[in-house]
Amino acid sequence: MRLLGKQEIEDIAVGAALLGTGGGGDPYIGKLMALQAIEEHGPIKLIDPEEVPDEAVIVPSAMMGAPTVMVEKIPSGEEAITAFHSLQEYLGEEIYATMPIEAGGVNSLLPFALAARQGLPVIDADGMGRAFPELQMVTFYLDGLEATPMVLSDEKGNSMVLNTINSVWAERLARGATIEMGGSVMLAIYPMKGKDVKRSAIQKTLSLEEEIGRSIREAKEKNYDPIDAVLKITNGYRLFEGKVKDINRKTETGFARGTATIEGINDNKNEELELNFQNEHLIAKTKDKLLCVTPDLIAVLDAETGMPITTEGLRYGARCIVIGMPCDPKWRTEKGIATAGPGYFGYDVDFTPVEELVGKGEK
Amino acid sequence: MGNYRIGIDVGGTHTDAVILDDQYNVISETKEPTTEDVSTGIYKAVKKIIDAANVPKEEIKYAMLGTTHCTNAIVERKRLNKVAVIRIGAPATLGIKPLVGVPNDLREILGKYVYIVRGGNEFDGREIAELDKKRLSEIANELKGKVDSIAITSVFSPVSTDHEHEAQKIFQEVLGDEVAISLSSEIGSVGLLERENATILNAAVVNVARSTANGFVNALKEEGVNAKVFFGQNDGTLMSVEYTVKYPILTIACGPTNSIRGASYLTNQSNALVVDVGGTTTDIGVLVNSFPRQSSLAVEIGGVRTNFRMPDITSVGIGGGTIVRVKEDGTVTLGPDSVGYRLQQEAYVFGGNTLTTTDIIVAKGMAEIGDVTKVVELDKDLVEKAYHILVEKVEEAIDRMKTSAEPIPVILVGGGSVLLPEKLKGASIVHRPDHFGVANAIGSAISQVSGQVERVFALDELGRTETLELAKQMAKEEAVVAGADANKVEIVDFEDVPLAYLPGNATRIRAKAAGPLAE
Repeated sequence: MRLLGKQEIEDIAVGAALLGTGGGGDPYIGKLMALQAIEEHGPIKLIDPEEVPDEAVIVPSAMMGAPTVMVEKIPSGEEAITAFHSLQEYLGEEIYATMPIEAGGVNSLLPFALAARQGLPVIDADGMGRAFPELQMVTFYLDGLEATPMVLSDEKGNSMVLNTINSVWAERLARGATIEMGGSVMLAIYPMKGKDVKRSAIQKTLSLEEEIGRSIREAKEKNYDPIDAVLKITNGYRLFEGKVKDINRKTETGFARGTATIEGINDNKNEELELNFQNEHLIAKTKDKLLCVTPDLIAVLDAETGMPITTEGLRYGARCIVIGMPCDPKWRTEKGIATAGPGYFGYDVDFTPVEELVGKGEK
Repeated sequence: MGNYRIGIDVGGTHTDAVILDDQYNVISETKEPTTEDVSTGIYKAVKKIIDAANVPKEEIKYAMLGTTHCTNAIVERKRLNKVAVIRIGAPATLGIKPLVGVPNDLREILGKYVYIVRGGNEFDGREIAELDKKRLSEIANELKGKVDSIAITSVFSPVSTDHEHEAQKIFQEVLGDEVAISLSSEIGSVGLLERENATILNAAVVNVARSTANGFVNALKEEGVNAKVFFGQNDGTLMSVEYTVKYPILTIACGPTNSIRGASYLTNQSNALVVDVGGTTTDIGVLVNSFPRQSSLAVEIGGVRTNFRMPDITSVGIGGGTIVRVKEDGTVTLGPDSVGYRLQQEAYVFGGNTLTTTDIIVAKGMAEIGDVTKVVELDKDLVEKAYHILVEKVEEAIDRMKTSAEPIPVILVGGGSVLLPEKLKGASIVHRPDHFGVANAIGSAISQVSGQVERVFALDELGRTETLELAKQMAKEEAVVAGADANKVEIVDFEDVPLAYLPGNATRIRAKAAGPLAE
C-alpha cells in the first residue's frame, strides 16, 4: 500500500491520456475531481492486487455516456457514492476496494475521487489496460465475469440496479438509461471477488500510467527523449513520424469515426500513414504496410513534448510520433480478438501482433 | 464629403496607427512605442496620424482599436474588478468547484465570493433542477457593496440560456445597473470549466475595458474627432463600445488577427501564410478564406484554461532585435532574447554594444538602417552563419504551419520583415506589400462586423440540410443586429462536429457571418 498525492495524480493523468489511445475522454475532468477530493479528504490509498483478500468484494467505478456531456455537466461526486451504496445494499456485503475498469482516459481517474471521499483503497489494476468504447470490452468479460448486478446513478439522486442475462444486454440497457439520465452517469459495475481481480484484471496499470506520466514530465529537466522513455516502459515501437495532413471525421451510430493522414518526415519521408479511429485509434497503416491493429495500442504523441494527442485534438500541421504498444496477452486470445479486434469494429483486417508487424529487432 | 477611418493596433513593442479613406487607401501612418499604461501610446499615435492626414476632422467617421489592455490586466493581475462567481448547476458539477486549476495568485483575487446554485440544463435542454431563485436573491443581498462585477455560468447554457438570463434579472433587481454582469452563454461554448473561467476573466476586466473605452473616445474628442468607436475582437471582427464594455474578454489576442487580416487586404490574397516579424518574435498565422485559421486547442490566458478560439499562431524567437551570440567554439546562436524596444540604443548600427539580427542584415547589405560603418568590421563568416540560422528557423516554422507539401503564397508584414529574403523554402511567392509595417493597424481599420451561433443541434428534428441552413441564417441575423450590411453579410466560418454517444444525431454547430459596416 502506498499513498497518492497531487503529483501522482497529475502523472497518472498523463499516462491515462496515453493509454487512452486517442479516446477515452479527456482525463482533465477526472484529474480535477481527484485533486479536489485529495484537497478535501487527504491522500488516496493505492494497493497492489496481491494485497487484496481473495474473498473481499471489489467494485470498479466508471462513467458512462458522452465525454462531451461530462465536460459540461461535471459530476457532483455523489453519483459514484450513491451507486456504490446501492450496490452494496443489493449485494448485502461490504465493498473492500474500488478500481477503474478502463485505464485509458477519464475513467482511469474517476475512481480516485470516489475512493478519497469514501476512504476506500484503489487497486492498482484495470479491465482494459487501455481505452475501449463498450462495457463488454473488458478482460473481466473475457473471463466470464458478469457486468451485473450493476448500478447507474445520476447527479439528481436517481439510481437504477440492472440485472441482465449478459454484458451485451447490460451495455444496451445502460446506454438507453444514460441518455434519459442526461447523457453522463456513474456506474458501480462488474462486482467481483479479490481472487477475480488477481485472475482477470490487468495488473499494475495505474503504476504504469504514473511511470509514463513521470517520465514525460521529467524528460525535459533531465534532458532525455520522452518518447524513448515511453517506449521502454510500455515495450512499444516507434511506428511513424510525421505531420498531420488531413483529418476526416464523420459520425455513425453515435461514434466519432474517422481517418487521419500523416505525412512522413525524417525517417518516414515520402511515406504516408493512415490512422483509423472510432473514438480510439484502431488501425495504423502505410500504403503497403500494416503497422498496428486493435486491440494493440496506438498512441499519437506530440513530437516535441511527448504529450499524448487525442483524436479530437489532432489538427492540421501537428508534428507527431505515432507509437504502437502490445496489449495485454488476454486481448490476444480468440475471444479477446472477437471482442475488441479489427473485425468487431468493422475493418476487414486480421489481427497481427504489433511486434510481428514492425518486425522483431526493429525497435 | 469624405469618409475616413482610423485603425489602431497595440502590440508589445509598437502601437501602430493609420487613417484610411473610404477606398481603404492609406492617408497617414505611424509607429509609436507602446507605453507602459498603453493609453498614452495610443493617444500619441492618434494625434500624429490626425495631424499628418490633414483631412477635415468631421470626416473621420470611424475609429477601430485593437488593444492589449485586457490581456495585460489579466497577465499582470492588476486593476481587476471585485468579482463574484455564480455557477448554476447543482447538484451536478460539485465535484469540481469554480477556479480549481486556476493559478493560486489569481484564485486568491477572484475566488473570494464563489457560489454554486441549483439549476442548469441537460444537453437536450431539459432542466437538471429548477433554478433556485430564492438562493440567488439571498446571494445578491449578501453581495451588496462587496463586488462590482458578477460572472454567471449555467450548465449547458450554450443550449438553453434561460437560467442565466433569469439569474441576471435577479441580480440586477437587487444590485442595480452599477454592477456588471457577465453571462457565460455570450462568451464561450460547451465545456463548463473553460467557459466559466473565461466568464470570470471577463468579469474581472470590465473596469479596465470601461476606462480604456472612455479614454479612447475622449482622446478622439480632444483632437476634435467625433467618430463612432469600435473594438477589435480575436476573430477579426468588430464590437461596439457598449458591447466591448460588457464582453471585453473578446478583445484578447486581436493583434495577430489584425495583422493577418491586414496582410490579406494589402495583397488581395485570401489563402496564404502570413509571417509577421516584430522586434522579438516572428508570428506565423494561416489565412483561410480571408480569415485567420483558428486553433483547435484549449487556450490559456494568464495561466487560465479557456475555450476561446484563437488564431492558430506559431511563434519563433526571431525579430529585429534578436540578440546574436558567438560561443567560444565558434557556434552562432540567435536569441531567444531580444533587445526589444531598446533596439535604437543597443544595436551596433545605432552605436550600441549588442549584436542583433538587424546588424546582420545591414552588414549583408540587405537594408540601410542606422550607421552602416558600425558593422563593416563584422566577420563575414559570422554574418552568413547568423543569417542562415535566422532564415532556417523561420522556414521551419513556415513548414510547421502548412497543411500540405505544396508551396503556398507567403505574405511578409511587420517592421522586422526586412530581415527575410525574397525567396523562402515552401513559399510559391513571397509578397512584401506596401505599408507592411502597419499591416496590423490596417487590419484593425478594415475589420468587419460579425455574428455567431455556436450550440448543440439535434439534426434529427429538421434534417441535416435544414438545420445547417437554420444555423447559418441565425448567424447572419446576429451579424446584422451587430451593425453589418444585410446585403453583404456572408458566412465566413462553419463547422459541425458530431457528438459521440448521443442520440438524435446531436451535433455542435458553429457558424459565423460577417460583413462590412452598414453605412
